[in-house]
Amino acid sequence: MTNYQTIDEANRAVADKIVASAPFLLDVVPAKSVIAELNEGKVLLHAGPPIKWENMTSPMQGSCVGAALFEEWADNEDDARAMLDRGDVTFIPCHHVDAVGPMGGITSANMPVVVVENRTDGNRAYCTMNEGIGAVLRFGAYSEEVVNRLRWMRDVLGPVLSKALQTLDEGMNLNVIVAKAIAMGDEFHQRNIAASLVFLKEVSPIIVSLDIDEKERQEVIKFLADTDQFFLNIMMASAKAVMDGARMIEEGTIVTAMCRNGENFGIRISGMGDEWFTAPVNTPQGLYFTGYSGEDANPDIGDSAITETFGVGGMAMIAAPAVTRFVGTGGFGDALKTSNEMLEIVIDQNPNFTVPTWDFQGICLGIDARKVVETGITPVINTGIAHKKAGIGQIGAGTVNPPVACFEKAITAYAEKLGLTV
Amino acid sequence: MLHTIIKENAYQDSVVLMLLTNKVSTIDGVNRVSIMMGTPANKDIFGTSGLRTEELEAASANDMAIVVDTEDASKIDEILAEVDAFLASQATKESSNTTETARTWDKAMKLDSDANMALISIPGTYAAAEADRALDEGLHAFIFSDNMPIEEELRLKQKAHDKGLLVMGPDCGTGIVNGVPMAFTNVVKPGNIGIVGASGTGIQEVSTIIDRLGGGVTNAIGTGGRDLSETVGGITMLDAIAALEKQADTDVIVVISKPPAKAIRDKVLALLRTITKPAVTIFLGEKPTYHEANLYHAYTLEETARIAIALAKGEAVKAVETQIVKPEIGLTPEQKHIKGYYSGGTLASEAAMLIADALQLKEGLIKQDGYILKTEGHEVIDLGDDIYTQGKPHPMIDPEKRIAFIEDAANDPETAVILLDVVLGYGSHEDMAGQLAPAIKDVIAKAKAAGRELAVIGTVCGTLQDPQDYNEQRQTLETAGVIVKDSNNEAVRTGLALVGRTVEEADKAIREVESGEAAPILEASDAMLDLLAKQPRVINIGLKSFAEAITETGGRVVQFDWRPVAGGNPELQKVLQFLNSYRAETADVK
Repeated sequence: MTNYQTIDEANRAVADKIVASAPFLLDVVPAKSVIAELNEGKVLLHAGPPIKWENMTSPMQGSCVGAALFEEWADNEDDARAMLDRGDVTFIPCHHVDAVGPMGGITSANMPVVVVENRTDGNRAYCTMNEGIGAVLRFGAYSEEVVNRLRWMRDVLGPVLSKALQTLDEGMNLNVIVAKAIAMGDEFHQRNIAASLVFLKEVSPIIVSLDIDEKERQEVIKFLADTDQFFLNIMMASAKAVMDGARMIEEGTIVTAMCRNGENFGIRISGMGDEWFTAPVNTPQGLYFTGYSGEDANPDIGDSAITETFGVGGMAMIAAPAVTRFVGTGGFGDALKTSNEMLEIVIDQNPNFTVPTWDFQGICLGIDARKVVETGITPVINTGIAHKKAGIGQIGAGTVNPPVACFEKAITAYAEKLGLTV
Repeated sequence: MLHTIIKENAYQDSVVLMLLTNKVSTIDGVNRVSIMMGTPANKDIFGTSGLRTEELEAASANDMAIVVDTEDASKIDEILAEVDAFLASQATKESSNTTETARTWDKAMKLDSDANMALISIPGTYAAAEADRALDEGLHAFIFSDNMPIEEELRLKQKAHDKGLLVMGPDCGTGIVNGVPMAFTNVVKPGNIGIVGASGTGIQEVSTIIDRLGGGVTNAIGTGGRDLSETVGGITMLDAIAALEKQADTDVIVVISKPPAKAIRDKVLALLRTITKPAVTIFLGEKPTYHEANLYHAYTLEETARIAIALAKGEAVKAVETQIVKPEIGLTPEQKHIKGYYSGGTLASEAAMLIADALQLKEGLIKQDGYILKTEGHEVIDLGDDIYTQGKPHPMIDPEKRIAFIEDAANDPETAVILLDVVLGYGSHEDMAGQLAPAIKDVIAKAKAAGRELAVIGTVCGTLQDPQDYNEQRQTLETAGVIVKDSNNEAVRTGLALVGRTVEEADKAIREVESGEAAPILEASDAMLDLLAKQPRVINIGLKSFAEAITETGGRVVQFDWRPVAGGNPELQKVLQFLNSYRAETADVK
């Protein structure tokens, strides 16, 4: 280490940056306009640490098929698969290009992405928009309906939101929305309805005043009103922007990213920069829609665990009593226990986001990989559950824990970097 | 066949409905069931599960839709009743227990930032590290764990002394902190006597006799058995004496120890000669012949308690002649031997000492394979010795080993007397007398059948406030044929009387003693006085039952559910150790 004397000091500095961060939603733009790599041939972004096409689980592959159809690289599933099998498409983890993607995380050139800037460091992060529930691309569905919705989001929703956001001088202050919604019962992973409503409250007066087609105006408002999880993707981009700002301090053992690709769970820690530490993913435990069970569940996927990395989601379980039942069959007590237990693996609590149901304690701040290894307590991640077969989509929701091996590898690598001979 | 029930305007959270669906699907005769709000997206999910019906189309997003696949239409009512009952019981269902426990020091200290003591009962190899951390956090440490290297004990005690803290133990079984029992301890009434003891059952015997004689205890500080060794140098005992001297509620100081290193014993006595409060000492195995001014020397634990009570009441200390009643038991000429089977180590030592003294045995006390005495047919065993407890519960909890010894001894036609103890208090068996009684009854009957009488003599070490019923324990033993005495001293002397022996005790005059040793300096930190004067605030690292005992008696405790660091993986522990202690030498500190 060069700037700090002890790991604790370095970790404190990383945590201070998280607390000081100021994420603003600036715009909604086609992904290719902000992510240069998407312009170099057929390129798809995916969730999690790097993965090969042949190792992707079926829903992630399904998302790729959907994206290929959406980008009109093929006009039917067979051709799209053949193309992907041939290796015509280059894959890049979202995280490598300042982005995050929910579930499969498949992001293509013409999909609109939200642009969030962390004002304290000037860095930006991107995420596709939430498509709603049911048959949706992120869970591996790629039917005509799915692709058509993506087109509408590209042609109508994206441009309308962009116009609306352009009317704001500064962009939209996301910390304010998060602080409000956490008091309204959101934990920002499983439950985003309050934040989605606050977002709607902010943009609807603008949208109704825009000079746009009346039908489009009506469609956009309706879509935002219907989409309970709309804010999730904004939260993900916000958390990514904050964590990327914080990890500019390349020292210490604070976890700066957690993500999954269906094959591996990957984490980064501040002291090891861009390096991924991976181990095989677990399969979520949870509640299933009728007709489905744990047997149908796809192994854990998605970059959405960036929310837990920031301190919300499962880490803030107590903020959202409404979703606590996903922990098991327990209620408030279990949620309290979960968040209290999470306090054991973080270095502090974030005073910006206090939780009323937690006696106004701040959300968890700064997962310390050392503490995870020391205690064996791993972060609790709230997550949706995809069917393991492409095309079916979401079949339930629940929680999942990262494999502790990721954290063990990370701290061992860091100790070696600092001079320990193992 | 599919049946659809729409409950209009009956909004429920989707999680509730998933739980409800899981519940209802367990009803016999129900093939499949799905309960969701009637949103368009949910209707699609009904569809994917093959449960989309025509009636369902009418449901709105605010209607609860139930689609059941069953051959038996009469099931519908049962399902509806189940649904209603589930939704109604939701609100009233009790939330699960929310008692917080800690898994890390940070959390533990957050849960009680005012904590002043760590009670450590984890495997010995890990205990030093946690005690170290406790001292770093500014806590006194009560180390119940054993098997700690003596060098570690010295290091920890030196560190504690420098910080004005106390380390009780390692291998400290007993403590009372301002009326609150620590580890294996009796519930003793509060009073004005302070005890420092390098012996767990020694403290228990003295404190319970004090209690039963109407006295009370401020604090009982266990030091661990090696504190008075040459290596450790009595650090804890000296600090504790100094603290009790300064502690306002303590009027009398009692010091209990098994035979200490001579130099350390002298150091302790030198300190006791400088304090203002009257003190009584017992160095078990020594037979003192005199008292000093304000400093009294006892031979037995009972005498220790009696002197302490006299001093506490401000009465003159007199020699107490224990009136021994010889039981009406006819022994055969072969029956000559006394055998003691003890769960309390100090009680065993005391018995062995008295027997060796009265019988003028050539060989005195030993410490070999759990035997404290084994000569000329007599034997006394400490069943709490490591060789009996490795991989087995302590005899205060498990009667098995003791019963085996009692049976063997009873079969021996030369056995005259069997001595035993029943130790009550937190941590001990809830009914040890009941556990031993059938076996004792049996051996007495068997001996009788073989034409001889057997004297089984015992004592119950406990108070009326203990979690076990003191009187009932005595009653149980007596019913089984045990002659129960008020103290171990009395029990042993009763056994000796049966074989025609008495322990000679001369009156002890008060004598002027020249101390060659310079008295150590009296130091008592605020932290020590706080420990002795207030209700303890404990971080309990390990055995949960210790925490419960503290809570029951009004102390404050945080349960630390300790696990080995990094799952016990030594390589990862090394990595953590490295990272935690890492200091960048070239850091250009910001």
